Amino acid sequence: MKALAMPFRRTGEGDRTSQGVLVLFLLAILLVVSCLISLHVGPTGVGLRDLFAYLTGNGGSLTTQERVILEAVRLPRTALGLLIGAALAVSGAMMQGLFRNPLADPGIVGVTSGAGLAAVSAIVLGGGALAPIASLLGNQFLPLMAFFGGLVVTWLLYAIATRDGRTSTTALILCGIAIGALAGAVMGLLIVVADDRQLRDITFWSLGSLGGATYGRVLSILPFIVFVMAIIPFVAKGLDALILGDAAAFHMGIPVQRLKRVVIVAVAAACGSTVAVAGSIGFVGIVVPHLLRLAMGPSHRFLLPGSALGGGALLLIADAVSRTVAAPMELPIGVVTALFGAPVFLFLLIGKNGIGSRDLP
Amino acid sequence: MIIADKVTVSRSGRKLIDSIDIALKPGQFTVVIGPNGAGKSTLMKVLSGEMKPDSGLVSYYGTSVDLCQPADLAKRRAVLPQATQLAFPFTALEIARMGAVAHGALNPNEEARKALSRVGLRGFESRPYPSMSGGEQQRVQFARALAQVPQPVVDGVPRALFLDEPTASLDLGHQISVLETARDFASAGGMVLAILHDLNLAAEFADHLVVLHHGRVVAEGACHETVSDEMIASVYGIAGAVGRVPAAHIPYILPQSRNR
Repeated sequence: MKALAMPFRRTGEGDRTSQGVLVLFLLAILLVVSCLISLHVGPTGVGLRDLFAYLTGNGGSLTTQERVILEAVRLPRTALGLLIGAALAVSGAMMQGLFRNPLADPGIVGVTSGAGLAAVSAIVLGGGALAPIASLLGNQFLPLMAFFGGLVVTWLLYAIATRDGRTSTTALILCGIAIGALAGAVMGLLIVVADDRQLRDITFWSLGSLGGATYGRVLSILPFIVFVMAIIPFVAKGLDALILGDAAAFHMGIPVQRLKRVVIVAVAAACGSTVAVAGSIGFVGIVVPHLLRLAMGPSHRFLLPGSALGGGALLLIADAVSRTVAAPMELPIGVVTALFGAPVFLFLLIGKNGIGSRDLP
Repeated sequence: MIIADKVTVSRSGRKLIDSIDIALKPGQFTVVIGPNGAGKSTLMKVLSGEMKPDSGLVSYYGTSVDLCQPADLAKRRAVLPQATQLAFPFTALEIARMGAVAHGALNPNEEARKALSRVGLRGFESRPYPSMSGGEQQRVQFARALAQVPQPVVDGVPRALFLDEPTASLDLGHQISVLETARDFASAGGMVLAILHDLNLAAEFADHLVVLHHGRVVAEGACHETVSDEMIASVYGIAGAVGRVPAAHIPYILPQSRNR
């Protein structure tokens, strides 16, 4: 009866369910707004009113040129940004849960480098040594290669940095540095043997950009992202329990090893596929989950879907900024996210409640 | 009944526990004592299904623990681990709720709240776990374990509570209240296995005392039969300490005298 009388009553002290729902709702609104901004801004502005008219099915007020820009450029770019942002933030949140460490981020610990190395190898060797596989997989070749690159690194990290279910932050970060250096060196070797066209691809890739967005690219990463989003409801409870430790999670009925395998594959799928189509875009995976933990608490039930919404919104806004601040030039989006993310990251490390001031388990 | 049958665990050539037989009976509060490195925690890990013994068998009501899914085990027993640190600011309620969720509670929030008030943490629900004191954290973990087995007996099948040093980092009052809660659980038909270092507490609360030394059971039974000068001397190397009053200038506190 009470619940009927006060549908929005606080469910009680210490329970942040209603807070989580509210934040998710606000994030959904933010995401819609970001999509509209992403479709709206650019060298050829598409008026918001025209945009609404187009999206609701009567695009009569658009000129042919505007319609072409919208359909061939902006829509795929927005879709790609949405998917990539969501995947990056969710993979960051999952990795932090897996490693029980708020500093774990695929970009920082080297998963992105590994995926990138695999992607560059695919670009360079796709015409030569790996040609049969490349032609067999077609559009999926690059994302799949990057996925396997990311998978190998995540697995390696887990094997090296985790002892008895506890992850050493130091080992994790140092591993990331080593893997990053190794990937950079091998990439340098590959660049030497690459031809001109491949060099252009590599350069585009290493800067990180949503520039080459096409429907083909959106479709090529879609299965990976759908997989990552689809497992959220199945891993959220387990990741929460895992925060208390492997043993405690097992005591609470979580099949720990299976959960970890699934999460590792998901992290690699998210990183690998996004790296393959947009290069390395940093800091989304660490900034979004951290801000959301402040807003809604650390429970993965809300953190994971929240990261999907918030990551998508953040990347779309970053992309809109990258297209407008130096127009008609376009900044690489990795530059924008780093300019925004690196200071936030540093802020997380310092300060009274900074991650750096705590001795992590 | 939870039975361990000749379980042995070896690590790097050393037998942590050596063909131990032990049975947890419904309604019984079993306490394991022994010096550091005697194999107490290993025995508990094997009994809770967390660790596979190298030889021997652990069974829950006749079913080998190897055949139980983690989720099934979670409904039959809860485990209070030694000190746990968290890198993420879950609230006390959220931690306790994980236990309630683990056994499939219909209203996990309510059960978590109940468990917190049973350990004397009513009003602490929204406190972030990392900001609590060691003793408060320990009690939150105890509440989580209680929330996982809220009923000592469900459909005639007793539940088990495994407590690994539940009194560590607690003050005297809370040590006793935690053990009383555990004893109530046993009295209501549940099974309790606790590892204790405080021999006075062990002697007061244990229905069945198991003394572990170098991975073997060296004595077991009711406390008045088990605790003797000879046993304490051989296991702990302290002689002449059972049932004797200390020198006149040293005050001493015997919490078990409170019920006289």
